[in-house]
Amino acid sequence: MSSEARSSNEEPSSGSAPSSAAPVRGEKSLTARDLRVEFGLPGGRVARAVDGVDLDVAPGEIVALAGESGCGKTTLARTLLGLERSTGGTVAFGGEPLRYSTKALKAYRRQVQLVLQDPSGALNPRHTVYDAVAEGLRIHGITDDEPGRVADALSRAGLRPPEQFFLAYPHELSGGQRQRVVIAGALVLRPSILIADEPVASLDASVRGEILALLLRLKEEQGLGALVITHDLGLAWSIADRIAIMYLGRIVEQGPVEQVLTAPRHPYTRALVSVLPGAPALKEAVPEPIVLAGELPDASRIPGGCRFRPRCQEVAAGRAAEVLHRCESEDLEILGPESAPHLVACHLDRARREDARDGGARMAV
Amino acid sequence: MTTTTPVSPRSLRWARRRQSFTRSWNAYRSQRTGMIGLFLLAAIVILALAAPILVDESQLSVTQATGGRMEPPSAGFPLGTDEVGRSILALTLWGARLSLLIGLTATVVAILVGTAIGVTAGHIGGWYGWIALRFSDWFMVLPSLVVAIALLAVLGRSMSTTILVIAMVSWSGTTRLVRAQTLTVQARPYLERAKALGAGHWHQMTKHILPNVLPLVLASATLLVPSAILMESSLAWLGLGDPNVVSWGSILNRASSNGAVSAHAWWYLLPPGLAILLVVLAFMMCGRALEAVFNPRLRGEQS
Repeated sequence: MSSEARSSNEEPSSGSAPSSAAPVRGEKSLTARDLRVEFGLPGGRVARAVDGVDLDVAPGEIVALAGESGCGKTTLARTLLGLERSTGGTVAFGGEPLRYSTKALKAYRRQVQLVLQDPSGALNPRHTVYDAVAEGLRIHGITDDEPGRVADALSRAGLRPPEQFFLAYPHELSGGQRQRVVIAGALVLRPSILIADEPVASLDASVRGEILALLLRLKEEQGLGALVITHDLGLAWSIADRIAIMYLGRIVEQGPVEQVLTAPRHPYTRALVSVLPGAPALKEAVPEPIVLAGELPDASRIPGGCRFRPRCQEVAAGRAAEVLHRCESEDLEILGPESAPHLVACHLDRARREDARDGGARMAV
Repeated sequence: MTTTTPVSPRSLRWARRRQSFTRSWNAYRSQRTGMIGLFLLAAIVILALAAPILVDESQLSVTQATGGRMEPPSAGFPLGTDEVGRSILALTLWGARLSLLIGLTATVVAILVGTAIGVTAGHIGGWYGWIALRFSDWFMVLPSLVVAIALLAVLGRSMSTTILVIAMVSWSGTTRLVRAQTLTVQARPYLERAKALGAGHWHQMTKHILPNVLPLVLASATLLVPSAILMESSLAWLGLGDPNVVSWGSILNRASSNGAVSAHAWWYLLPPGLAILLVVLAFMMCGRALEAVFNPRLRGEQS
């Protein structure tokens, strides 16, 4: 949890209140619809790494994608970037479905850029900072004012004065500075969306806040959109406007970050929130720590019905007895990003909501 | 941050290169065998280059030979003479030029082909990579001397065909090595980043993969030269060398076909034989040392 990025935890709405650069949907937003990625495994098995995902990222908003390791987050990110081919569904930018021809992909890369987890590995040790940042320009044949563009990107990424960093090699920089160089290398193409895969996971706690604050500033000042992939809900809470919780290739709950994290409705989200260390505002939502039983199942053997059922604490405690037949047999529909602000893929939650609505209606009569 | 005042990128890049060269040189210098090999090699190369100054080319002529038939070493002929009275010293010195030339050019050709196929096979992969790999496997399991003899018999005996044939039977090892290293570099995140930036195959191969593969290629090239020289000597000794030029192998061929062994003319056999041994040894020593410098895994064993 980074306190630098968001001023206080007591006012969860302050950080995500519509800022000067409110999300602009449509024109330059990245959308995934019913996205599926399957990998063939030896023995004819098929791993469904991404199994039907609907997701929107618009310029001017930060969307967090959270979930356990192995749930398909990184595959989803690689597919959104066009580094992996989807086996079903579509990725679209600005309403245009992504095509995989060399030329179309190259044009797409100017709009959607990647920030990797480990900045030490993401920079070629033989290239200077200048070369690393200018690489994108050279690839895209942008030759006018190269030094100016590189300097601009570096200063936007918070490396000032940029000229001082031009000739440094990655091994001479600190982890935080390296990650800024990687971000500058992405910014130099002036993309509208950044996809950051665990952008601070390999960084020192002291520089995490800096990098998160940088992402927030880029959003507020320049209207950049970002998809931040993380396994850390605290981080999502600090910077994201919306959050999507992913479990075994599918999004099980999504909505505005303070709604999802202060009032989690999916048993999986509740379990994740309950074990968050030191976040008082979130602690109220789920006071008792819930420890999930078992391991994340193999993506080649996704359980039928509700995919979370074998590990679900509600099922284990018998609280889902009335809907258990549906949990066991009915697969849940894919959560659409547009229809409602806070969506949950859980039979129990749905039944309870219907009960509450019926109860409310009876009382009104 | 070590740089405080920005200099021009070009001059700095050169300074950095000098720096990394100095670092490698220091690592190389700490290996005694490598240094011995280097001195030996330098001496041999200087002698080979200086051969026309030290010994006139007319001394290689069969008709203008001044000595007697297979004379033992004397003041006039420090290493004796051959069956037509030519100085063995002159022949050995001139032979060095050809042996080195063929060894080096054949290696360069083999390395170029091997690197090109290795990098593309590792980087592009797919069915192309599979075919390239099977192709190099096929060359690897062929008995090289037999293939070389067969090819020379078909293509005719000349220096250029000798070079070509040696290159053909020795590129496949480099392909294997380069492909393996390419696969290692390929897995580094900076290639993922380059791809996400929109880099095509050419950019990825020339800017990221090749610079990381080259040091190993250099080390393996140094180890390939001695085997090329040995192969050339073997072919020449079998009588498959260019008949118009003198190489160490061809001297040995003439020696054995003219009865130097039964005549106990050790001075005819030893100089070219020892020369081959020394050159191969020198290149091996340098190559092993270079390998240790560029391959961190081996460096650990050294210290």
